[in-house]
Amino acid sequence: MTDPLLLARIQFAGNITFHILFPTISIALGWMLLYFKLRYNRTGDGAWSQAYQFWVKIFALTFALGVVSGITMSFQFGTNWPGYMETVGNIAGPLLAYEVLTAFFMEATFLGIMLFGAQRVSNRVHTLATFLVAAGTTLSAFWIIALNSWMHTPAGFEMIDGQAHATDWLAIVFNPSMPYRLTHMLIASGLTVSFLVAGVSAYRWLRGDRAAAVLAALKTGVSVAAFLIPLQMLVGDMHGLNTLQHQPAKIAAVEGIWHTERGAPLLLFGLPDQETRSNRYEIGIPKLASLILTHEADGELKGLNEFDGVHPPVAPLFWGFRIMVGVGVLMLAVSWAAAWQLRKRGEPSVWATRALVAMSFSGWVATVAGWYVTEIGRQPWLVQGVLSTAQAASSVPAPMIATTLAMYLTLYAVLTLAYVTVVFHLARKAGKGDSAPYPAPAAAPQPAAVAAPAVQSAEA
Amino acid sequence: MTPDLTLFDTWLPLIFYALLGVSMLAYVVLDGFDLGVGILLRRADSAQQNRMVASIGPFWDANETWLVLGVGILLVAFPMAHGAILGALYLPVALMLVGLILRGVAFDFRVKARDEHRAAWNLAFHGGSVLATFAQGLMLGLYITGFADGGPQLAFALFTGLALAAGYALLGASWLIMKAEGALQRRAISWARGSLLLSALGVAAVSLATPLVSQQVFDKWFSFPNLLLLAPIPLVTVALFVVTDYTLRKLPALLDAGSHAFCWLPFAATVGVFMLAFFGLAYSLFPYLVVDRITVWEAASAPASLKVILAGVVVVLPTIVAYTAFSYRVFWGKARELSYQ
Repeated sequence: MTDPLLLARIQFAGNITFHILFPTISIALGWMLLYFKLRYNRTGDGAWSQAYQFWVKIFALTFALGVVSGITMSFQFGTNWPGYMETVGNIAGPLLAYEVLTAFFMEATFLGIMLFGAQRVSNRVHTLATFLVAAGTTLSAFWIIALNSWMHTPAGFEMIDGQAHATDWLAIVFNPSMPYRLTHMLIASGLTVSFLVAGVSAYRWLRGDRAAAVLAALKTGVSVAAFLIPLQMLVGDMHGLNTLQHQPAKIAAVEGIWHTERGAPLLLFGLPDQETRSNRYEIGIPKLASLILTHEADGELKGLNEFDGVHPPVAPLFWGFRIMVGVGVLMLAVSWAAAWQLRKRGEPSVWATRALVAMSFSGWVATVAGWYVTEIGRQPWLVQGVLSTAQAASSVPAPMIATTLAMYLTLYAVLTLAYVTVVFHLARKAGKGDSAPYPAPAAAPQPAAVAAPAVQSAEA
Repeated sequence: MTPDLTLFDTWLPLIFYALLGVSMLAYVVLDGFDLGVGILLRRADSAQQNRMVASIGPFWDANETWLVLGVGILLVAFPMAHGAILGALYLPVALMLVGLILRGVAFDFRVKARDEHRAAWNLAFHGGSVLATFAQGLMLGLYITGFADGGPQLAFALFTGLALAAGYALLGASWLIMKAEGALQRRAISWARGSLLLSALGVAAVSLATPLVSQQVFDKWFSFPNLLLLAPIPLVTVALFVVTDYTLRKLPALLDAGSHAFCWLPFAATVGVFMLAFFGLAYSLFPYLVVDRITVWEAASAPASLKVILAGVVVVLPTIVAYTAFSYRVFWGKARELSYQ
């Protein structure tokens, strides 16, 4: 463990893994809050306002964790990978700048109004603030995914004296893998949040909390999950085909194909062995990999032997991919079973609620596994074909990286644990009737008796 | 190298140097007051602590974004300097980040976690604020001395760390004088008085150190007619400190008499001090991003990329300023209990 490059990679990976947990939730949760808010504005049904009030607390917590871990990243670009900005800064710079300018300030400022301003602004402005926060999180995802995708499928630039210079900004932003990656990530966020909302609501339900808000949120979560998961499988497949076209080595590693073959099997299990360049204990379905990736049973798939040793490590990709897909299949089974039950009986069975509780953070597992596949799959490149990870590394000595790495990892472990604990703690607290009534929106049709105290409290 | 000032491409790095300055100044003043409130947190009782956090709750997120913008501009407009500066400041940066992380998450955890954990999160909030501030002061000290190794330089950096903590405490206390009422407001006045001297010493030390470190900087200040033209900077700074001190002495009596007319003055004067110190520093360092080593032109990205960013900045920055002002207006006046309602 004295290799500074490896330590810098682990440190950056640790930070970015910790970071992605929270935007994955805040992107889609922002939109779900807007949905709760709009439903309440439209119907005046208190269940929706309670759902908003409960989930906005978790949103605030999630957002704070996303902000602080994001700040860490903006520094680590420079401390860990100085060669990155020196080589491709002309491309990465504007994309990052636009993310900060168009998204970060908007989210952060209107979050203040969204969280604490309900009594100080009109309901219309408060709804607008909720919308702008959701839009900000999504816009932020747009810019950062554009940059990340460019690192996988660089386009619209030329190299002059070892530095990338932009030639076509549209081609840079909408580079070949960007539409697939962005869609895949946004749906991943939707799935993560729908399972979180369904899971935490199921937890409250299991504990005997029969508040109308609980069932409303549970139904919303399950419906969104059941709708999104088949869509995600379709988009994931398209993303895979796009990767096959641009980064065939990544697909070869994912499928565990060491040597180019026709009619390659879809491996369900196997132990990839970098030494012997083969898999041990293979279990696969004949010809299925070729069929999925080339749409021909005897289609040819390029093996890792074609890439002269310049290919990513096989085991993390092979396993990361199977974990992601495995969680996806579980999501399909649980969400459809729960949706069917809710439709048939109007409330979930004990077993369905238990399964949903267990799946509360399943989105995190799938998302992180998926990111590992795509990011480790780009190695040994930092920017595919342009800049290797080793070239971009800094000269910070290994002991210093190791010390700060230990510090960061301890902090991240504690905070992740604290986050999960507090989410369930808030769920228990809400069940004890802790949530105060939500003030009536000025615009919504409200009985006068309900509206009056709200006006008073707004003036108090 | 004398750059050709008739070309727009020569001006681009200057524009970004100015933007970098504006962002860092906005960050220091804005996050300065909320970090200062965090530094002072341990001195208050539980109810006052809630009110103190409530006074900064709606703002801290956006305040911290100025740091991201500042570092972002350094990163995207001056990539060479970004690597050199952050590489040299690796350890204090890591300490600052840990501090900011603790402080940022404790905001939420302290009200949402179980009651028995509340004290620990309050401690994290306070400790994170102190650590982040001290690390920033340390970075300032190391930066000014040009990242030179040595005992005196390190001692100086440790001192700027302490002085910045005093300066932020002064900002935070004078913010609370505006936003708080009753006993908390009185305490804030005494906190402000307590942090005034060390803040002044810090400003003086930073002002004197820069010319001592570099002959060039020395000549810029202590030659004619510069000396006369620049004299207002130190003179007004001293005047602002005197005004702050005087107001803080008189405020308790004024409050007793029911007058709240001057509660804004200590904060405004402190912000003025920070701005003047910042301009003085910027004048000293210009055109260098790293003292006597890397100039703005050497470090700048390709003009084509800077233009793309500038187009966005011109449109978006006024919008940001507008809705930031809107947010401060929404939460104008004395701080109330924060609740998600």
